[in-house]
Amino acid sequence: MLPRDLQAAQFHAYPPEARHLAIAHLELLRLLPVCFVPLLLREVIAYDWKFPAERAGLDRQFRYLDALKAGEVDSLMAPFARIHVSSDIEAVDWVNLPSQFSEKLTAHLWATHQIDNFHAAATDYVHKLDAAQKPEPLPTHRLAVVVIGQGVSENSYRLFRKLRREGVYFPRVKPRDGLSAILEVVSKRAKEHPVPFGHWYIEGGTLDPAAHPGIACVSYDSLQGVRDSLVERVTQVMQPGGKGPEYARTMLAAMRPSDVGMNEADNPVLTRFQLSLLTEGSGTQLYSTTFVQWTAREVLRRAQPLTLLARFAPRRKERTMSELLQESGGRYTLDPIGSLVDADMGAWYTWINLQRLSGSQDSRLLVWFENHSEAVATGPDLPRGAESRDPVPVSKLVSSLA
Amino acid sequence: MPNENGITGAVARAISRSRRDFLRAATGAALFSELPSLRAQRMSPRRKVVVVTFGGGARDDETFLPDGRENIPHLLGELIPGATFFSQVVNRGILGHYVANASLATGAYETFNNFAAVPPEHPTVFEYFRKDRRRPATDTWVVAPSNGFNRIGESDHRGYGQGLGAGVILPKRLLAAALSSKLHGNFQHLLRDNYETPMYAPELSGRQFELRQMDDILKLSVDAFTEHATSLASPDELSVYVARQLMRQLAPSLLWITLHDIDIAHSGTFGLYLDAIRRTDRLCGELWRAIQDEPEYKDKTALFILPDFGRDSDMNAGGNGFQHHRTGDAVSRTTWMIAMGPGIRQNTVVERPVEPTALVPTIGAMLGFTASLSDGRELAEVL
Repeated sequence: MLPRDLQAAQFHAYPPEARHLAIAHLELLRLLPVCFVPLLLREVIAYDWKFPAERAGLDRQFRYLDALKAGEVDSLMAPFARIHVSSDIEAVDWVNLPSQFSEKLTAHLWATHQIDNFHAAATDYVHKLDAAQKPEPLPTHRLAVVVIGQGVSENSYRLFRKLRREGVYFPRVKPRDGLSAILEVVSKRAKEHPVPFGHWYIEGGTLDPAAHPGIACVSYDSLQGVRDSLVERVTQVMQPGGKGPEYARTMLAAMRPSDVGMNEADNPVLTRFQLSLLTEGSGTQLYSTTFVQWTAREVLRRAQPLTLLARFAPRRKERTMSELLQESGGRYTLDPIGSLVDADMGAWYTWINLQRLSGSQDSRLLVWFENHSEAVATGPDLPRGAESRDPVPVSKLVSSLA
Repeated sequence: MPNENGITGAVARAISRSRRDFLRAATGAALFSELPSLRAQRMSPRRKVVVVTFGGGARDDETFLPDGRENIPHLLGELIPGATFFSQVVNRGILGHYVANASLATGAYETFNNFAAVPPEHPTVFEYFRKDRRRPATDTWVVAPSNGFNRIGESDHRGYGQGLGAGVILPKRLLAAALSSKLHGNFQHLLRDNYETPMYAPELSGRQFELRQMDDILKLSVDAFTEHATSLASPDELSVYVARQLMRQLAPSLLWITLHDIDIAHSGTFGLYLDAIRRTDRLCGELWRAIQDEPEYKDKTALFILPDFGRDSDMNAGGNGFQHHRTGDAVSRTTWMIAMGPGIRQNTVVERPVEPTALVPTIGAMLGFTASLSDGRELAEVL
């Protein structure tokens, strides 16, 4: 099917708000190329469970496209229209299965050497979209705090290799009560700027959401049952004689919270988000460090928060082959040093993702080696590539960035 | 496709320059373009070739750039000073491990589904060699850790194909077959070797090596094999162990080893990714030393080491940095290659862009066959 053939009735299976959005823009959708519309619908179909920032972004995108004249739409979409899409991909029910279409389209683009043209078209489109819109002013600057190295007593790995270039390295911070001071700052910002999904606490271990009012909380431990259920399902599909990796992707994309025992009645947006971390992220089901890094990335990309606290915890130790052969099972041991290396890179990626958001020129980042004396901070008032040997408490450091 | 005249080409050249400048400073490497013309000695018919893929893909950030150099001491200290180093190998194909390795082995960009257990469409280097040189099946072998690679030894091309390919050994598969059923549960984890899709284990088909052949061909009892496996840290160590057995017992003229530990990066654990790079670096050093230790190989073997491709840049919003190779950006496409052995210049950098499809015709020029259906062109710098 091609976009020009779209009818309102085809959106009957969409959730209510998504259906309304799609039908309201039906005329526009009919004008767009077939390799573009399903990717837009992939966002639309999840509209009911999107964060406010995502909804606003999608609304802006439609406003931008609606404001274009027919010739301008054609011109904007020309690079996408030049992408050749095979008839079997066009035949996918992309209205109801846009993610499946996306998977098949991606494989097709690689196989036909069109992937770079598609990336170029997409990048150009996003740049034009961004340039046409003035970002909404923020109520305050963004702040991200990353706490790494939990459980490490001694470390010889040189931390913050990349981040030192972007800010100030503090080799003599006073760690006492550092975590509670950070939590206090996060809580204070949440009270002062009560934006829905504007303040987040991502924990690689355990946390009690009730203790953090006004803050969206996600923890690795709280999702253990869901993780186990997903791993079991994927394992079954991947067994010899199973349905294979492509089916596994389809299965995961179609997964609903109730399928893995999640109750979404209280907070469907957060519940759906948590499930997506495990069905779309690679390694998030098995390694807490990956879970925290990927969650921070997705929170920044999707919720675009004012405040983000990401605290890494030790992941399980990867067993060597000899250990796998000699042991008959049992609990995994933890790998605090390896987790510190993971988290150090995760902090760098958090900084990169922070820079991709509006107001990046004013955003701040603090990374602290938990219960140790090393930290690095970036922000508009901090020099790059500098070092401060002043003994400064973590509480003072985080307050200065808040 | 990456545009040589555009941003992607500029990034690839910058990556290449960075590698070149570092090696010139660190090892005193000469640029090939600066050297006087020298006709390298041609390979004699008794020459051998060993190919090692530095897989599954490592970035310059963790290898040749300043922060990464501590991870590759064997490449930098032992191998590159004795090698011709191609600093700009640009992969223009699909960046999935099986399809990319198959493309390396055929010298043509394969386009099949990366996750399907299908043979390459173009003839493999093994088929060219065996058909043109009338070599027996025992003279070409592939050692691969991943179950998904079991069809890499032989294409389904009408003019080549069945019966002309290489034997394929999947050491982990052998190990799983060799071990007692009481440990079966654990092996599900051990067999999780295709990190692009965890736990992928397709049905085996093709001319893969079977357990009962271990004693006949490798002169290795099942007990000795399993006992040795318990002393190893990773599947790639097992692959190198099996490769060394092959070298001792059969001394194949063409041996292809695909290393894959680095692809643990798909799990998102940077520490495990670095561990795997260091291990792969060490194993490459061990393989070169093994070549020097084996009389059948010493002074008559060309060794090629190359990644199948890189991984995504930190700065590409479409990816998640080192974790994947999904964006097709210049960082994930631009790799390198080491060529070393008799007749190949030492401590030399070639900075012109080449493609990995050049490997098969180059091996053809060395071993005396024509890769007639390859897209690549011979690398004159090592011939």
